[in-house]
Amino acid sequence: MTVTKEESGQEDADDRGDMSGGGDAYVPSPRRIERERYKRTRARRATAIAALSTLITGVVLYFVVVGAPGWPRTKETFFDAQYAREALPKVLEGLWLNVRLLLVCGAAVLVLGMLIAIARTLRGPVFFPLRALAAAYTDFFRGLPLIINLMIVVLGVPALRLQGVTVDPVLLGGTALTLTYSAYVAEVFRAGIESVHPSQRAAARSLGLTNRQALRHVVLPQAVRRQVPPLLNDLVSLQKDTGLVSIGGAVDAVRAADIIVGRSLNYTPYIVAGLLFVALTIPMTRFTDWVTARMDRQRAQGGTL
Amino acid sequence: MHLAQRALRRTASAATVALLAVAVGCAPQPEDKATASGTSAESCAKSTLQTKTSGKLTIATDEPAYEPWFKDDKPASGKGFESAVAYAVAKQLGYAKGNVVWQSVPFNKAFAPGEKTFDFDINQVSISTERKKAVDFSSGYYDVRQAVIALKSSKAAKAKSVADLKGLKLGAQVGTTSLDYINDVVKPTQEPAAYAKNDQAKSALKNGQVDAIVVDLPTAFYITAAEVTDAKIVGQFENQGGTPEQFGLVLDKGSALTSCVTSAVDALRKDGTLAKIEKQWLSEAVDAPVLK
Repeated sequence: MTVTKEESGQEDADDRGDMSGGGDAYVPSPRRIERERYKRTRARRATAIAALSTLITGVVLYFVVVGAPGWPRTKETFFDAQYAREALPKVLEGLWLNVRLLLVCGAAVLVLGMLIAIARTLRGPVFFPLRALAAAYTDFFRGLPLIINLMIVVLGVPALRLQGVTVDPVLLGGTALTLTYSAYVAEVFRAGIESVHPSQRAAARSLGLTNRQALRHVVLPQAVRRQVPPLLNDLVSLQKDTGLVSIGGAVDAVRAADIIVGRSLNYTPYIVAGLLFVALTIPMTRFTDWVTARMDRQRAQGGTL
Repeated sequence: MHLAQRALRRTASAATVALLAVAVGCAPQPEDKATASGTSAESCAKSTLQTKTSGKLTIATDEPAYEPWFKDDKPASGKGFESAVAYAVAKQLGYAKGNVVWQSVPFNKAFAPGEKTFDFDINQVSISTERKKAVDFSSGYYDVRQAVIALKSSKAAKAKSVADLKGLKLGAQVGTTSLDYINDVVKPTQEPAAYAKNDQAKSALKNGQVDAIVVDLPTAFYITAAEVTDAKIVGQFENQGGTPEQFGLVLDKGSALTSCVTSAVDALRKDGTLAKIEKQWLSEAVDAPVLK
């Protein structure tokens, strides 16, 4: 579909070209009309075939699932409306914890990740300790399995019985998430910063900008744009991992589902929680697409300078 | 463009063929063997039992297996209450010790739909009508009470009644009746903490992240005696609705073995074997103040 659209778009451009070139009213030649008709029939045929094969695939999938010998059992275990209704309010309540964690940890991760990335890309021998420290941080926390990090922070830190340090599993879990994810995000930022061609920095420096100004006004704006898709990946991943704070006993969406599943041995609450997470991710993706598109438009305008 | 389209079409038809192949491959799955054989108590002779491996009895439990239900995380030792019960049931069904095979199955997986890999699961699972919709239970082999434990130094240790627990931060393992007791009986003002494992609940108790945790009474005795020695049993709950909470053996829904396993458990209760095993392994877990 999109292919044919593009083609017709190209032809529109051609038409305009003909008009501006000839000056007279444009009359397509019989050969051209024939060619367009042929293209239309091909496009219709392609659409019909796509529709038919989609339909067949759908029907086959339907019968594979519904015709499976275990389907009635699976249906009542995973898709029971009564349990879905029972689970929804509790799972939503749990999901609110996931959302709050996502917002707070997401912001902290972006700030910390950016700082670490900048520390790693600093030049000059003076900054060697900072670079080494930042590198050690990313190496360690990217390598450490998140679940172990969480166990250590959520279960280990309170065991120290430090005065004034919280024992709240949500705060501790959020800290652990931030530690791990800022290491990932720092690497995304660093890759973005290093992907900006050195000539950009050189040009900025030759214009009289200091190293810091070059980073702030020339390198980072270009880097950030390239980082949006991988950053979104990490954010979605973080969103799902916020549930791991349940190690400390906090009740998030998945644990809320767990509680009902444990009592009823019916798995429908998991489906409810899963769909809610998916529903949360889709608007996030669309929002990022919109932001990226807007940035691209702005860049295009800036290009005419 | 045409090339691309042709390639696309070729991929699509290949995918359709693959799907059909999958459909054909999946379809002829054997139907449930939940036939009428072995449903009457008379036909429970060993030779007629349709176990997973013929001539063997496969029994499942979670790993690690906790005391006092199993000793030293070794279900096959015959030591510990549930291990002893499992072997007594096996013997009743006609299986010698050597013909019992143990299998490690996580708590949650034991209830998942689909064909089970074990004949029955023994894992401190409380019988409830709601759960009976998903699996079969044997008759109960143990009447269990839920108990509250707290650090001796904490305010929770002084609780005398259920009402005294209301304002506390309580915790329990998820998927247990212990958590249901907190939610349905205590109805605390703070949301209870739900842990994936009792181990995490114990460490939260030690670290002061919760004021008290709820576990079943024998486990409570074991924890306070051996694991968290600066904790004590605050008390036990009364039975809800007059019927005692019971642990049952878990079987596949519609299993041909259910009635035979049930009659085996009933026979063991009748001849006093269960009481003897209980006395041997859970004798200390009889007395704790009742929280009214």
